[in-house]
Amino acid sequence: MNQPASAYFIEDRHDPNETHTLAVLVQNEPGVLARVIGLFSGRGYNIESLTVSETEAQKHLSRITIVTTGTPMVIEQIKHQLDRMIPVYRVVDMTLTRRSIERELAMVKVRGQGEHRVEALRLADAFRARVIDATTESFVFEITGNTDKINQFIDLMRPLGLVEVSRTGVAAIGRGPEGM
Amino acid sequence: MSEKSHDPNQMTGAAMIVRALIDHGVTDIFGYPGGAVLPIYDEIFQQSEVQHILVRHEQGAGHAAEGYARSTGKPGVALVTSGPGATNMVTPLTDALMDSIPLVCISGQVPTHLIGNDAFQECDTVGITRPCTKHNWLVRDVNDLAKVLHEAFYVATSGRPGPVLVDVPKDVQFATGTYHPPRKSDVHRSYAPRVKGDATQIRKAVALLANAKRPVIYSGGGVINSGPEATKLLRELVEVTGFPITSTLMGLGAYPASGKNWLGMLGMHGTYEANMTMHDCDVMLCVGARFDDRITGRVDAFSPGSKKIHIDIDPSSINKNIRVDVPIIGDCGNILGDILQVFKAEAKKPDIKSWWQQIAQWRARNSLYYKKSNDVILPQHAIQSLFEATRGKDTYITTEVGQHQMWAAQFYGFEEPHRWMTSGGLGTMGYGLPAAVGVQVAHPDSLVIDIAGDASVQMTMQEMSTAVQYELPIKIFILNNQYMGMVRQWQQLLHGNRLSHSYSEALPDFVKLAEAYGAVGLQVHKPADLEGAIKEMISVKRPVLFDCRVAALENCFPMIPSGKAHNEMLLPEQANDEATAKAFAGGKALV
Repeated sequence: MNQPASAYFIEDRHDPNETHTLAVLVQNEPGVLARVIGLFSGRGYNIESLTVSETEAQKHLSRITIVTTGTPMVIEQIKHQLDRMIPVYRVVDMTLTRRSIERELAMVKVRGQGEHRVEALRLADAFRARVIDATTESFVFEITGNTDKINQFIDLMRPLGLVEVSRTGVAAIGRGPEGM
Repeated sequence: MSEKSHDPNQMTGAAMIVRALIDHGVTDIFGYPGGAVLPIYDEIFQQSEVQHILVRHEQGAGHAAEGYARSTGKPGVALVTSGPGATNMVTPLTDALMDSIPLVCISGQVPTHLIGNDAFQECDTVGITRPCTKHNWLVRDVNDLAKVLHEAFYVATSGRPGPVLVDVPKDVQFATGTYHPPRKSDVHRSYAPRVKGDATQIRKAVALLANAKRPVIYSGGGVINSGPEATKLLRELVEVTGFPITSTLMGLGAYPASGKNWLGMLGMHGTYEANMTMHDCDVMLCVGARFDDRITGRVDAFSPGSKKIHIDIDPSSINKNIRVDVPIIGDCGNILGDILQVFKAEAKKPDIKSWWQQIAQWRARNSLYYKKSNDVILPQHAIQSLFEATRGKDTYITTEVGQHQMWAAQFYGFEEPHRWMTSGGLGTMGYGLPAAVGVQVAHPDSLVIDIAGDASVQMTMQEMSTAVQYELPIKIFILNNQYMGMVRQWQQLLHGNRLSHSYSEALPDFVKLAEAYGAVGLQVHKPADLEGAIKEMISVKRPVLFDCRVAALENCFPMIPSGKAHNEMLLPEQANDEATAKAFAGGKALV
């Protein structure tokens, strides 16, 4: 983040929006999430998805994964603005590294009977979704995958009696032996 | 008594706060007492190392601390109570954030067990001040207090300086814990501002500078924040390269206004030569400035043909508004030193004679021209007279915000850094008077003048009382045109001359007001009396309100109309009704 070279990726501000996944390693202290969210709302940046959890309890480290959209110039700004916050250790643009895995978990409730019910089960199987709750007229499926896969599954469930969805948002990690 | 009670590091939270101030070399703080800070005030009462200046409104404490900080290079400290005390600090904190001023604010908070209960004088201080501080802390355990206070001072003063706030609940002030002096481990490991510039980038920059045909140096407040060494190196760089130099509002004084390479300030109300030089240059060296929208004018037409080098300690300043070719992240003093070293070793002074000839033609347009009058004092003339009368004296200037501020920047020549205190980024009317109080506290024997407007000065007028109490002989030089001049100027230019609420219908009699405060009031109407009155103001060793009645309808030029580029300036002699109407057509929405 600190290399001046990163500043070269800047294009005209009329450029189309891009979607980037940012991994942000922060000190887990009161208010740190509010700082990050406040930065986004205060400067008019978008948040498509945000997940946060303590990842190293002993060192009080939390990892925030943010999916955001903006022009390349705005994405560059977001990274710098995050990086200069006092409790932020590192900001990694998982999209730029092109070597990251992104996963999301969703719980999907579907209500129906007869053929719809059978079809929902069949599709769930094809998507490797698990049944984690069932009644005679409903299922709750648990599905993990990237955002597109989950969106697709939800779309398929809609005509089969989709009731509600709970999603975790995106978590991301780099491939290979190195940590961030 | 137990052994432990003799441990000198065992003390109350309130005592720790005073002790930390002393350990950080703080000699003066600005504040206002209240329920949630009484234990701290009790400690202040029982010592004499830290002098407390009682202001009349917490906003005044904040701006005074800012003035103190900017005129000394040391952090300013403000102490306020919970609730309204803290909310009144929001303006100065935001002001300091925008202008990168090191400020440490300590606020009282309701006792820990009442937080979240809507207790008397409770507010979510850290929540409210989160976006207007560089960092802030709520201290819930007295044993964390020393660490947080030391970190607060470090964060405020290191990297890109800025305001910080430490919120201390009243029970934490009463509680006893262990204090420790400042140590390195007090600081977040995640906070490590970069100081040294990248060597490859520095070489690239020198290569551009050495081959420049039409160069310009554009410097900003970062040079002054970096310290005296940066100023010295900037001057040396100008000397070694022979390049022209301009500066932002915040950077005035880093290069002397009497220097031969000085172009004057740039930007919306900058000089024609500075803006034309920026527009037509082939290499631009931006040092410690941030391509603010008052500087750039129309972004897509900003200096279209130049290679841009940008030195800034804050990576988020790079490419925020203007795309640059050679960004160098780090402390500008450090980087200027490296650039100079490489330049001296490997390059020679470029021949830019024809560039200087071009600049001389732009200079000859005399863009700061105004027509003097024998009947009425022109505001520009008033500033020039003030400048002449104080030239060579040990003078500090603060301002409010508006036309008078721009005229001060245009017509008062600053020779040294830290002599010019103005609210640049936030544009806070009411900044100058309390800032002058702060400056005078730091420099008791110097001449401190607030160049003010009649509207701005009334926003924080109550601090005259502070000046009188502490015998601070500040001079409030009011350019009184009975208008909010800059608002009116914009209404004239952009809103069909409908002067909606920009006229002061019931101005106080500033002379009587001064006397009511126990200060000295002076008033002058005639150009012939101006010089004598200014002399009198300077010779009075008490606070003065100087009511300088100036031409009411004078406007501030030259000017880059909104939405226009640097080479589309409106010069004073062109600023007739028709030309201005044309220049401003379509620019209404662009502020």
